[in-house]
Amino acid sequence: MSTASLIESADTAADRAASPRRQDRLTRFYSRRSSQWWPPLLVFVILVGLWYLTALYYDKTVQLPYLIPYPHLVLTMFYGDPIFTPLLYADLFNTTQVALTGLACAIIIGVGWATLMSLAKWIERSLYPYAVILQCIPILALVPLIGSLFGYEFLSRVIVATIIAIFPLVSNTLFGLQSVDRSQRELFELQGAGRFTTLAKLRFPAAMPSIFLGLRNAAGLSVVGAIVGDLFFQRGTPGLGVLIQVANARLNGPGTFAAIIIASLLGITVFLFFGWLARVVVGKWYDFG
Amino acid sequence: MPSMSAISPTKPSRSAASMSTLLDFRSVAMRFPNGTVALSGIDLTVNRGEFVTVVGPSGCGKSTLLRIASGLETASEGTAEVDTKRIGYVFQDATLLPWRTVQDNVELLAELTGMKPKERQVRAQEAIELVGLGGFEKNLPKELSGGMKMRTSLARSLTLEPELFLFDEPFGALDEITRERLNDELLRLFVEKQFAGLFITHSVSEAVYLSTRVVVMSGRPGSIVGTFDVPFPMPRDPDIRFTAEFAELVGEVSHALREGHS
Repeated sequence: MSTASLIESADTAADRAASPRRQDRLTRFYSRRSSQWWPPLLVFVILVGLWYLTALYYDKTVQLPYLIPYPHLVLTMFYGDPIFTPLLYADLFNTTQVALTGLACAIIIGVGWATLMSLAKWIERSLYPYAVILQCIPILALVPLIGSLFGYEFLSRVIVATIIAIFPLVSNTLFGLQSVDRSQRELFELQGAGRFTTLAKLRFPAAMPSIFLGLRNAAGLSVVGAIVGDLFFQRGTPGLGVLIQVANARLNGPGTFAAIIIASLLGITVFLFFGWLARVVVGKWYDFG
Repeated sequence: MPSMSAISPTKPSRSAASMSTLLDFRSVAMRFPNGTVALSGIDLTVNRGEFVTVVGPSGCGKSTLLRIASGLETASEGTAEVDTKRIGYVFQDATLLPWRTVQDNVELLAELTGMKPKERQVRAQEAIELVGLGGFEKNLPKELSGGMKMRTSLARSLTLEPELFLFDEPFGALDEITRERLNDELLRLFVEKQFAGLFITHSVSEAVYLSTRVVVMSGRPGSIVGTFDVPFPMPRDPDIRFTAEFAELVGEVSHALREGHS
């Protein structure tokens, strides 16, 4: 791990020789690391086993095999079904497109909004309540309205994804921008640095870890938003949400499961990607817990 | 900023003695909006070539004194004149920007004042060498020890070539060994760079060792209860700390501190 190598390089050779216990500790650290992969794998095997048993029960006893299909049938949907497989990937592409566009909008609007609020206390007092209200509106209640206002296609899907994803960006950016130490602010004040210089050279860099944490959560939410949009808007280029509904309606159990799984994988991928990006961009100076 | 009399040394209305005065506080008082009186009746001057240390118990308004001197606060009564714009300010903690390397941290203040990149790079390099951090330019603050962080902070202020250096208990959080070493470095810089210093501490021996004059404050409201001239010559021999004269002066200052406190 990079942290370990950093500790290593910071210490001198003499230091290391002086503490043989340290070597032990490092060895233990690494063996603990390498033994970490099997417990989740074991759980995975157990879960798949349980899934088979449940599928067997639904197949033989309940006699409704499409409710809980066998795992291997679901797996074939990912590569072997002549009709479903291409549909799955086309819809994955569409959903990804909606989610990422929504996320991009949420970043621009959310970070901009928070920055504006951080510039003056009175702006914050005027605007923050609306961020909270936006968070409190049951978004599903708004979705039909968005559809009738903006159509039942791409634009409305993006708007839903944006609204669902925006709150963590607003709150995390604002928190980050305001978390700067008083003495650091005074350091800038003493040199006569203006509001915008302080924002660019102090507040923004200081807020980056917090913004990235917000971004990671927002990214996961944008996928949720894209699928929720699908459930309401069936026109235009449909995504995984539509696919899940259609497969379910046609009693295509394996297809339903495959679509749900790939939607989850999309959420996980986006979440991991932004976690990774955060480490690359600010991990050098900031330790994420 | 406190009422700045940015008067050139040639201005005839000023006497020769006051020309060398960099900081001049006259019956300065500080009352905060919530009613607490942090300072009252403070008369204090710092001349060129002086290193004045203020000792006092925590919460006696020592830091407020510095904040007024630097312009972060404005005195509610009295006059606080500071006769230079080149002020260095060293905070209690190093206040480094964690995303900047040592080099970039040291360049920060010069950067904020609008100095050209080439020039500030040269100045930062000089300052880094001066505080003994050569070779650590590319390191990030989190890779430095507490003492090295403070050195970086000192170097950062040195790039402005301050005429008046304000220190707000800068070494308070460091261990004794590091602290003594940094005291020696600071004295060396004082002799070499010829700035005037106003140093806040609650360590009596640090105060006596560093300064040409020790000012003793007592709390609630903060006021000056004693002033001691330190007779030891500069540059100062570190071994002076083990002499009887040093111990005697430390004793006197401690005594004044205790009397003022009761």
